[in-house]
Amino acid sequence: MASHSESIIREPLITGKDITYGQITDDILRPVENMPSKAWWIGFTVASLGALLWVVSISYTFWYGIGSWGLNKTVGWAWDITGFVWWVGIGHAGTLISAVLLLFRQNWRNSINRSAEAMTIFAVICAATYIGAHMGRPWMAVYSLPLPNQYGSLWVNFNSPLIWDVFAISTYFSVSLVFWYTGLLPDMASIRDRATGLRRRIYSVASFGWTGSVKTWQRFETVSLILAGLSTPLVLSVHTIVSMDFATSLEPGWHTTIFPPYFVAGAIFSGFAMVQTLLLVTRKVLGLENYITMFHIESMNKIILVTGSVVGVAYITEFFIAYYSGGEYEQYTFLNRFIGPYWWAACMMYGCNVLMTQMMWSKKVRTNIPISWVLSIIVNIGMWFERFVIIVVSLHRDYIPSSWAMFYPTWVDVGVFVGSIGIFFTMFLLFIRVMPSVAIAEVKLLLKSASEQAKKKQIAEGHFDPSHVEFYKENLIKFDSIDHSEYEKA
Amino acid sequence: MSSTKYILGIFDDPDDLMHGIDKLQKNSVPIYDVYTPMPIHGIDAKLGIKDSRLGYAAFMFGCMGGTTIFTMVYYFLVHDWPMDIGGKNFFAIPDFIPVTFEWTVLFASYGMAFTFFFATHLFPGRAPRVMDLRATNDKFVIAIDAKGNIPHEDINTILKEAGASEVKHNDRKYVSYE
Repeated sequence: MASHSESIIREPLITGKDITYGQITDDILRPVENMPSKAWWIGFTVASLGALLWVVSISYTFWYGIGSWGLNKTVGWAWDITGFVWWVGIGHAGTLISAVLLLFRQNWRNSINRSAEAMTIFAVICAATYIGAHMGRPWMAVYSLPLPNQYGSLWVNFNSPLIWDVFAISTYFSVSLVFWYTGLLPDMASIRDRATGLRRRIYSVASFGWTGSVKTWQRFETVSLILAGLSTPLVLSVHTIVSMDFATSLEPGWHTTIFPPYFVAGAIFSGFAMVQTLLLVTRKVLGLENYITMFHIESMNKIILVTGSVVGVAYITEFFIAYYSGGEYEQYTFLNRFIGPYWWAACMMYGCNVLMTQMMWSKKVRTNIPISWVLSIIVNIGMWFERFVIIVVSLHRDYIPSSWAMFYPTWVDVGVFVGSIGIFFTMFLLFIRVMPSVAIAEVKLLLKSASEQAKKKQIAEGHFDPSHVEFYKENLIKFDSIDHSEYEKA
Repeated sequence: MSSTKYILGIFDDPDDLMHGIDKLQKNSVPIYDVYTPMPIHGIDAKLGIKDSRLGYAAFMFGCMGGTTIFTMVYYFLVHDWPMDIGGKNFFAIPDFIPVTFEWTVLFASYGMAFTFFFATHLFPGRAPRVMDLRATNDKFVIAIDAKGNIPHEDINTILKEAGASEVKHNDRKYVSYE
C-alpha cells in the first residue's frame, strides 16, 4: 500500500494541523518563490563581506606567496591545514545524514538531508581552497594529478597519503554532488511546474525534464539507495585518508594508529554540530518548524553526544598510549599540550569537545533550542582547536629543542579562515534562496504515516493501548511546534 | 470522433490512486502511465514495471574504475618509473588500495547516475513531458490513452467511483510544451 501506519510510540516527524501535500510544497518553496526577508539580506550582506575578505586574503597570499602567513621553519603547517581538516570534517555530516541514515531507514533524515548535503558540498569547496592555497603557487596543483609531463613522465607518488587525499577529496566532492543533484531533480520540477516565464525555463533545464512517472521514480529510488551504499564507505575512507596525512609521519602526536577512527568520529561530531548551527536558524527564519521538529533537534543532539563521547574516549586513549609507549618524545608531546605555551588551546579542545557536550545527557539541554545552538557553536570552536592542537602544538616542539618555535598568525591567516566561513555562508544562503532547502518529495512520504495529524486520527479511532498513547503524549510535551492545549483536553 | 488524446484521473490521495489503478485494471483499461509527486511503492508492480538493473550497471562501472586506476598505478610505479624507497617493493599493493577504492566508488556512482539519466531520458534542456502541472505538487495522476479506450464515459465513471477528485480530457498529450 501507499502508506502504512507507524507505531504510536514513535514521535511524529511532521507536526501541525491540516497539513496537506500542497501545504508542504508551499511551505518549503516559500523562500524560493518569494522575495527574501530582511533577515536573509542581513545574513547575506555579512556573509558576502566575509567572502570578500577571503578574496582579498587569498589574492594577497597568491601575490606575495605563503610567506605572508605566519609559518616558519618549525611550524610549516598551521591554520591552513587546520582549516582544511576542519572543513572536511564538517562536510561529513551531510553524507552521514543522507547516506548512512538512509541505509538505516531513519525517516527523520528526510527533512534535513537536503540542506546537510548542500552543507557538505560547500564545506568541501572551502576545504579544497586550502589545498590550492597552501601550495603557494596554486597553478602547481596540476602536478598533484597523474598527467604525462615533460619530466620523463614523472608520475605522482601513489605511496603517499597526500596523493590518496587528492583522490579521496575529489571523489568525495564529485559523488556528493551527484547524490545531491539527483535528489534535487524532483523538487526542481516542483518549482518548474509552479513557475512561469524565464523562471520556468531555468528550472526546466535544471530539472532535466523530470515528470514523476512510475518508472523514473522506481529507478530514482534504486539510484538513491545504491549511491547511499557507495557513499557510506566513501565518507569513512575520506577522513581516514585525511588522518593518514598525519598518522604516516614520524611526528610525535601524529604518529598514532588510533587516528583513522578518531578522525572519523570527530568529523561526524563537528559536522552534526554545524548542521545543528545552521538548521536551528534556518527552521526559524524560513518557518520550517513543522518539518524540522524538536525530535530532529534532539536526535541530532544525541548523535553529537555519542560522537563527542567517542572522541573523548579517543583523547583518553591517546594519553594512555603516550604514557604506556615509554617513548619520551611521545610523552612530552602530550604533556606539552597542558604545560606548554599552548595550554589554552588544549583547554579549548578538551573543554569544548568533551566537557561541554557531556551536558547533553540532560534531556532539558537537548530539547532547549538556545542552549543547543550555543553548544553546537562551542563544538565547532572545540573541533577547530582540536586540529590546531594536533597540527601546531605537535609541530612546534618535537625533537630538537633548538628548533622549537611558536606560531603567530598574520592578518592573512585570519583573513583566509574567517573569509572561508564567509564563503560557506554566502553559498548556503544562496542555496536556500534558489533551491528547496528541504527534500519536498521525501517529506511528503511521511505525511500519511508519521505526521502528528495522522497519529491524532489514529488515536481518535482508538485501536491503541492507552499506555502507549499516554507515552506518546508525554513525548509531545517537548515539541515547540505543537498546540498542546488539544492534547490536554483529550 | 472526439479530440481527446489522454484521459487523466486526478487523485488527492495515494491510497485512492492505488484503488483507481486496481479498478481500471479490473475493467481491462490499459494505463499509459502514472505521475506522482513522490515515489509510491507498489505502483511499479501493478503496472508490471520490472526491477531496476541499475545495480548491475553500478557493479560493472565499479569494476571498471578499480581496474582502470590499478592498471594506471601499476604502469606508473612498477613499469614506467619504479622508485627505490628504502629497497621496498615497487609493487606495493597495500598502498594502491586507497586510490583503487576511490575510483571504484567514483566510476560506480557516475556510471550508474548517467545510466539512469540516459535510460529515463533525463538531461538538461529536455522538454518536460508533463500531462498535468500539479503532478509534481499535490495531485496523483493516472493517464489513459484515449485512443481505443472507448467509451470515454465509462472510464470517467470508473475513475470517479475510485475516488478521483477530477477527470480531465486532454486534447494535447503534454501540457508543458509552450
